[in-house]
Amino acid sequence: MPATAETVDQVETIAGDKYKYGFVTDIESDMAPKGLSEDIVRFISAKKNEPEWLLEYRLKAYRRWLEMPEPKWAKVDFPQIDYQQYHYYAAPKSDDDGPQSLDEVDPKLLETYEKLGIPLREQELLAGVKNVAVDYVFDSVSVATTFKKKLEEVGVIFCPISEALERCPDLVRKYMGSVVPMSDNKHACLNAAVFTDGSFVYIPPGVKCPMELSTYFRINEMNTGQFERTLIIADKGSYVSYLEGCTAPMRDENQLHAAVVELIALDDAEIKYSTVQNWYPGDEDGKGGIYNFVTKRGACRGKNSKISWTQVETGSAITWKYPSCILQGDNSVGEFYSIAITNNAQQADTGTKMIHLGKNTTSRIISKGISAGKSDQTYRGLVKISPKAVDARNYTQCDSLLIGDKCGAHTVPYIESRNKGAIVEHEATTSTISEDQLFYLRQRGIPEEAAVALVVNGFCREVLQQLPMEFAVEAQKLVGISLEGSVG
Amino acid sequence: MLEIKDLHASVGGTEILKGLTLTIEPGEVHAIMGPNGSGKSTLSYVLAGRDGYEVTGGRIIYEGEDLTDLDPEERAAKGVFLAFQYPVEIPGVPNSTFLKESVNAVRRYNGEDELDAIKFMKMLRGKTKELGMSDDMLKRAVNVGFSGGEKKRNEVLQMAVLEPKLAILDETDSGLDIDALKIVADGVNALRSPERSSLVITHYQRLLDYIVPDKVHVLAHGKIQRTGGKELALELEKNGYADFVGEAA
Repeated sequence: MPATAETVDQVETIAGDKYKYGFVTDIESDMAPKGLSEDIVRFISAKKNEPEWLLEYRLKAYRRWLEMPEPKWAKVDFPQIDYQQYHYYAAPKSDDDGPQSLDEVDPKLLETYEKLGIPLREQELLAGVKNVAVDYVFDSVSVATTFKKKLEEVGVIFCPISEALERCPDLVRKYMGSVVPMSDNKHACLNAAVFTDGSFVYIPPGVKCPMELSTYFRINEMNTGQFERTLIIADKGSYVSYLEGCTAPMRDENQLHAAVVELIALDDAEIKYSTVQNWYPGDEDGKGGIYNFVTKRGACRGKNSKISWTQVETGSAITWKYPSCILQGDNSVGEFYSIAITNNAQQADTGTKMIHLGKNTTSRIISKGISAGKSDQTYRGLVKISPKAVDARNYTQCDSLLIGDKCGAHTVPYIESRNKGAIVEHEATTSTISEDQLFYLRQRGIPEEAAVALVVNGFCREVLQQLPMEFAVEAQKLVGISLEGSVG
Repeated sequence: MLEIKDLHASVGGTEILKGLTLTIEPGEVHAIMGPNGSGKSTLSYVLAGRDGYEVTGGRIIYEGEDLTDLDPEERAAKGVFLAFQYPVEIPGVPNSTFLKESVNAVRRYNGEDELDAIKFMKMLRGKTKELGMSDDMLKRAVNVGFSGGEKKRNEVLQMAVLEPKLAILDETDSGLDIDALKIVADGVNALRSPERSSLVITHYQRLLDYIVPDKVHVLAHGKIQRTGGKELALELEKNGYADFVGEAA
């Protein structure tokens, strides 16, 4: 349910400093030794008490990963990753069985969530951010899952993957890896081997999930890659809106983030997946910062199904992601709305893939890229229409905005249409913020950086309106913060 | 209120204003007329503080303060308003959002409380109604797809909202029909008060039938060549600028 124009305008903005979330929790983590090997994979699986089939899956992925070449085709530049330098498992010291109630959770952890502005207590959640259930993932282990009861009443399952393996192992086994197989790419393969946790969502037939589901992540420990894995299944006629928002503390070492998100929508079902990402982007010279190499894909398996990706990406030193839709079901719809902002020395190669397979499928891509500082950004999109995809339609609009004269914006659109009746539309614009616009706003009393933020928010408006209200506010503020220092 | 003394200003290395002197007292309306290229727009940009317009000599004193030290947004917060000849479009930014940012930026600068959304919209709707404009204009993106007349009316709306002390109208009448002209003039006249002044830059005398000036100046060759009362405007209408264009710089 997207925010209306007035709502977005009238909601108060959060007071935010430049990088308000830059702090580290001082908790002793239960960490695996550095490095990646079959032993580490077994260690992870054992720590999580996983069934045999899953251990086998991981080992298969690990062995495969050893043979796979590093993908080199993206327009991003970074030193070769030394996979042996990371810890692949870190859990905060708690009872082995996990906390029974919030009282049992490490108080330092709770303090962390307070700092992040997440009130852990259910009552606070009810009073504050209305109807948003939150599944906290602190480093590699989920600490608390709230709102369980409400969701259970309608049969919605929303829990960590580790818990889903106990509650509904068949569902997990059936769908995990069915949208993003381990062979897909090297980073997805690594994830299949060492994923530690993530969200599992199942919406039963006919159920419209009564609240927006949300997850917060943090990478806390030095050298701990975050390998979360999310699986969302919307059964026939169901609906769910899922929010993913990330913050991370300031670190000096590069941190690897190779997540996998799989969405499955059956007949008449709809999944709306929104992301606001502001991982630590590195300093002005590009030192440090998160490497965000994530594979996200949605399968519109059923007839009349729909999957929408909406994202606002402002962080990470390097971003490499293409949330995609496979439009298998007849009449299925795939949407991708994106704002990507790069500043200072950030690099991003992002976009989407819309694969049209069924009849009468529709896809819509609106991509807004804003480059500032010395950053470099590429939109890479694929619209693929297979021979049997009768009456397929695509509309793509990718707009780039360049701020200053040292940044770069590139567009690499691929269109592969093998069906004569397909309608594929592509529009692209490249612009800068005109001096006239800035002067006009300044002449009305608006200081320069606020003027830039206003113009950029206007540029991104169409995408911002797709976000659920809670995120729209954070996103607008984030747009302003991420462009600080880009003018003058 | 505004004292300009022997102002020299250049754009792109070319000197456009060559010793302009002008004084405006509070409550006065001054008109500046002149042939093309005389420096009328340059004067308005220099007063507003636009980048690229360099003051190479002379002084501009506004309310006792040297204006040349201040950024455009500071000048605006102190009550200087420029109604642009060609107002620029700002896609995706609703007029109401822009106006709220503007009003609150000025209030913040002056240490006043900001207006919340509800108070602001109430005030804004009131002004819009007074000016005979529709609410529709508030939802549209700033100047996007506006006709010439609508853009000028939007400038007047902004002026009504910001209530500036010194309003500089840069050829506000260009491209307007009589009805639109009247609306603009009504808007400007509504703001007239002993504390406020206006500098009306225009080509044609017609606007001055509706916004009656206290003084009329002829700007040519980068300087004020003559000053008179409102009759001077009628004289120029009759005789043109030939006398001034021919004069030695």
